[in-house]
Amino acid sequence: MQLRLEPRALQSRAMRYASPVIAAALTLVMGFILFAALGKNPLAAFHAFFIAPINSINGVAELFLKASPLVLIAIGLAVGFRSNIWNIGAEGQLTVGAIAAGWVALNPAFADSPLLLAGMIVAGAVGGMAWAAVPAFLRTRFNANEILVSLMLTYVAQLLVNYLVFGPWRDPQGFNTPQSPLFADAALFPILIENTRLNASVLLTLVAVAVGWVFLNKSFLGYKTRVVGLSSAAARYAGFSEKRTVWIGMLAGGAAAGLAGVGEVAGPLGQLFPTISPGYGFTAIIVAFVGRLDPVGIVFAGLLMSLLYLGGDSAQISMGLPAAAASLFQGALLFFLLGADVLVNYRVRVIRAGPVARRSFSA
Amino acid sequence: MDMIMPVVVATLGAGTPLIFAALGELVAEKSGVLNLGVEGMMLVGAIVAFITMLGTGQLWLGVAAAGVAGALMALLFAFATLTLQANQVAAGLALAIFGAGVSAFIGKGYVGVTLQNAANGGISLPIDIPLLGPLLHSLHPLVYASWLLFAGVTWFLTRSRAGLVLRAVGESPASAHAVGYPVIRIRYFATLFGGAMAGVGGAYLSLVYAPLWLEGMVAGRGWIALALVVFATWRPARVMLGAYLFGGITIVQYFAQSAGIAFATQFMSMLPYLATIVVLVVISRDVAMIRRNAPVSLGKPFHPSV
Amino acid sequence: MSDVFAAASGEKSARLELRGICKSYPAVVANDGIDLRVMPGEIHAVLGENGAGKSTLMKIIYGVVKPDAGEILWHGAPIDVASPAHARELGIGMVFQHFSLFETLSVAENVALVLPGKPGLDEVAERIGTVSERYGLAVDPRALVHSLSIGERQRVEIIRCLLQDLQMLIMDEPTSVLTPQAAARLFETLRQVASEGCSILYISHKLDEIKALCHRATVLRAGKVSGTCDPQRETTSGMARLMIGRDLPKCNHPEAAGDGEARLIVDGLSLASENPFGTDLSEIRLVVRSGEILGIAGISGNGQQELLAALSGERATQDAGVISLCGRAAGRLGAAARRRLGLCFIPEERQGRAAIPSMSLIDNALLTAHGQRMVAAGMLRADVMRDFARRCIDDFDVKCAGPDAEAKSLSGGNLQKFIVGREVMQQPKVLVVSQPTWGVDVGSAVSIRQSLIDLRNAGTAVLVISEDLEELFEVCDRIAVIANGRLSQAKRATETDVEEIGVWMSGLWPARVAGPANAHADESVHAT
Repeated sequence: MQLRLEPRALQSRAMRYASPVIAAALTLVMGFILFAALGKNPLAAFHAFFIAPINSINGVAELFLKASPLVLIAIGLAVGFRSNIWNIGAEGQLTVGAIAAGWVALNPAFADSPLLLAGMIVAGAVGGMAWAAVPAFLRTRFNANEILVSLMLTYVAQLLVNYLVFGPWRDPQGFNTPQSPLFADAALFPILIENTRLNASVLLTLVAVAVGWVFLNKSFLGYKTRVVGLSSAAARYAGFSEKRTVWIGMLAGGAAAGLAGVGEVAGPLGQLFPTISPGYGFTAIIVAFVGRLDPVGIVFAGLLMSLLYLGGDSAQISMGLPAAAASLFQGALLFFLLGADVLVNYRVRVIRAGPVARRSFSA
Repeated sequence: MDMIMPVVVATLGAGTPLIFAALGELVAEKSGVLNLGVEGMMLVGAIVAFITMLGTGQLWLGVAAAGVAGALMALLFAFATLTLQANQVAAGLALAIFGAGVSAFIGKGYVGVTLQNAANGGISLPIDIPLLGPLLHSLHPLVYASWLLFAGVTWFLTRSRAGLVLRAVGESPASAHAVGYPVIRIRYFATLFGGAMAGVGGAYLSLVYAPLWLEGMVAGRGWIALALVVFATWRPARVMLGAYLFGGITIVQYFAQSAGIAFATQFMSMLPYLATIVVLVVISRDVAMIRRNAPVSLGKPFHPSV
Repeated sequence: MSDVFAAASGEKSARLELRGICKSYPAVVANDGIDLRVMPGEIHAVLGENGAGKSTLMKIIYGVVKPDAGEILWHGAPIDVASPAHARELGIGMVFQHFSLFETLSVAENVALVLPGKPGLDEVAERIGTVSERYGLAVDPRALVHSLSIGERQRVEIIRCLLQDLQMLIMDEPTSVLTPQAAARLFETLRQVASEGCSILYISHKLDEIKALCHRATVLRAGKVSGTCDPQRETTSGMARLMIGRDLPKCNHPEAAGDGEARLIVDGLSLASENPFGTDLSEIRLVVRSGEILGIAGISGNGQQELLAALSGERATQDAGVISLCGRAAGRLGAAARRRLGLCFIPEERQGRAAIPSMSLIDNALLTAHGQRMVAAGMLRADVMRDFARRCIDDFDVKCAGPDAEAKSLSGGNLQKFIVGREVMQQPKVLVVSQPTWGVDVGSAVSIRQSLIDLRNAGTAVLVISEDLEELFEVCDRIAVIANGRLSQAKRATETDVEEIGVWMSGLWPARVAGPANAHADESVHAT
């Protein structure tokens, strides 16, 4: 007996929505097996991972707090991914956005301005866009692969912030720990829910979701970038500029990542550290895919990923599971999604063994 | 001579993991498969080799285990892209992220542990070669292994029948299929080979170069290896050249520090990454040359219609 | 007739027999109970229009595809062709329509890849030399395939087959890439091969060739065998009726006036190809007037891609004045700008260039027709888009599941009708179209050609580039030839014939003579 994959005549719409769910389910199963193999009670681990973290107002606030940068960055990345523009350097763009916002926050010339926070937001977006402009420029001008360039710049950005907090921006009152001085209250996002860390940067994300949805689904420019992603020959035929699409794709991701960076340092962090984000820039890639590159799907996927992050922390504390379990699940989820996606374009046929059927033939 | 030899030895050493990873990826790409997950495969290779070495004390066992681990990671990718027809770029990214997660997960208990009998020490030659003798003595056996790999891959691609078939598959899988070659099976082998070599490259880092285990210790070398394959326009000899160039850039920072040049260490550490960008730009701008040398079907899915 | 062959080769039974072969794909039944008998030394035609199932049947015989049902008998015994390698072992060779050669490898390497065992390249080169001399197929074993012409590449494919112990040779639409003269030479070779006892399966839809070459013909229609006949005795209209089930429809083609304004003028276009394996253009001159159809004949690979890219705006020319569109210098304008000037363009690649397979017909309408009020303030107007798509489907008889259907769910002919309709509905001033009916069923082909003629009658200047000489003579008012990147002058279709155009396709046209003595319409545009 044999399983064969046959191409479908039409993409299956049902499977497009079902495959993220299937992937999530498979990841859960994998998790169960993994926990059991480690000698932990799978149900207890499941509870620690998924239920315990959101069992309180604070927990729900944390859920949204962590989901916010993921969703924000993922929408920016989705604009690019739809056009086959692979911005993998969102982590670096986030870092540079944070650095730019930090420069505004720590600059004594701006300390008394009522526009301090607004200025930080603008600086963050500009910083992220500037860092994303490098791979965009090198791709449109020199045909250099944007995946590798944006990734290399991520390492550079991390080294840059490392240099700053160990060196010129080190907090003189910090007992020699590598961190910048604390940001003043005026340089922080106001808290939305008392006694939680959920701050107003979530509103930036909501705006991004709305803008992203309109752009991708209703605008001509969004249509053009979609065409470039589906077929560069058709885009050239239609006269749609691939170069402009590269710039839009990269700058959208850079701006979103830069804003997420401001959200971090003007939010839960309150200052600059050698590491600004726990890999949001990379996780956002997964969020974008699991969310089917659509703003609504991305919101759900972002909440799921956020839950995985929180679950990882909680399980580490309550059950001694390694912190890296979270990134293991994230990678597995993406793999399962890619695998489940095969059913969107192909059908599985069972072929029974045996001789090819013979038709009776009268001579 | 006294000044030069340590530099040469260090350069060769720093370039070696790149050689393994890049030559492996080159073979995979020649068959038309673009596997971006090299970083993940190297990380998994590194931790598996480390644990094996810690447990058995045998260098070559550790290397072999790393090769197997890398091939297994590549198998996940190959299954997703070659059998399930997933997008190769997305699957490669998934592999890189997954590999990082897996390596951090299994390596949790080994962070910061160093190997006692660090697998250093060169080989002893029966004869005394002037000038080069001391140099050859200080080179690790894996460095020699990388040279053997280079020779093997070159011979395979240019002189063997199987290599000819591989190149044909990379150029036009539809034609190769029409003529009767098992395209998918050939691509599987090429991809697994790439994974095994990436694993060995990672093993070199954790067993010889460091030698210890830290999360993310591959530090982007997997990505640099991918850039190297492009820089080399898919020719093994240029991969060697590029790898040693990068090796040199990587160790420049250490020698600059000891020579008293007072640049912040972070900026020196940026050099390999910036150099990668420069190299990519220089090579990629010649679109015609890339088109002539890149395997035509690179990154495109192939579904045998049966 | 078949007994003669059996007696000649000493075999009484058919060399190859197919009984009840069936093969289905998700959207279509390609082969439905096909029976076929080929005798030793016989040149047997498999005749049918595009989409009839010929290629699928050949792939089954060659082991590339497995049948769902039916029997294959080789020398009278039932077999299962497991793979192309197995087919080659049996003595079956195939020359594909779109060649299966590897461009960056040499001729000898390409041949070595299909020979059993592992012969060295020198031995292979020697054997190539022997065979090419014997059959008059000259080719250099050391040459890299990308440097060969199309005709030479076909020779390599044939030599590759002849080097095996060949008992059956399958040729899939071989003359679609040859000039009429080269096709005649090919027939000589095939007759020689058949006279030595090798059977030949000749796949084509060109009735004249089959009459000239083949001993027997099996006709396929919509996946079934509609009949067999003897091409030497059957009439072309008889064979056509078997092929499409009715008489060949004709286009309604009134004479063109020939004095409309010049809408598209190309004056001395020279352009290097971007493709390392392409053809450079040299001093192209042409004029297309309102209310006329100019055709450009030529085998693909002679500069058509480069010329189309320059005309459509996908490539800019050095000097803007070299291409003039409705009186404006357009050489440096991009595709979108040229559309705004009234140019529409239909490329030969349907899925993946003229239309995006995974997008709906509505979204595909937006691709070029967005100027038809489909965009307001940067936002899409879904109602206008849907209405346009619906009108296109209705007016141009596009069989599909509705405007929301994905482009890839349409057959070649129907998608082409949609694309042609989309461009025609924009009422272009100039329409450039490449291979308008390639791979399209006869019914759709006639409808598309009629659309072009109707557009011409309405005043559009139409330029058609095609490999199909029959089509060009049916549709065009004037015909020119492109060869090796150079363009001949244009002659009135009524004043030339297939024979002359065939000669010109080798590049052998008389040089242009300037001056009043040469009263061609396109010369009068220039002062001298």
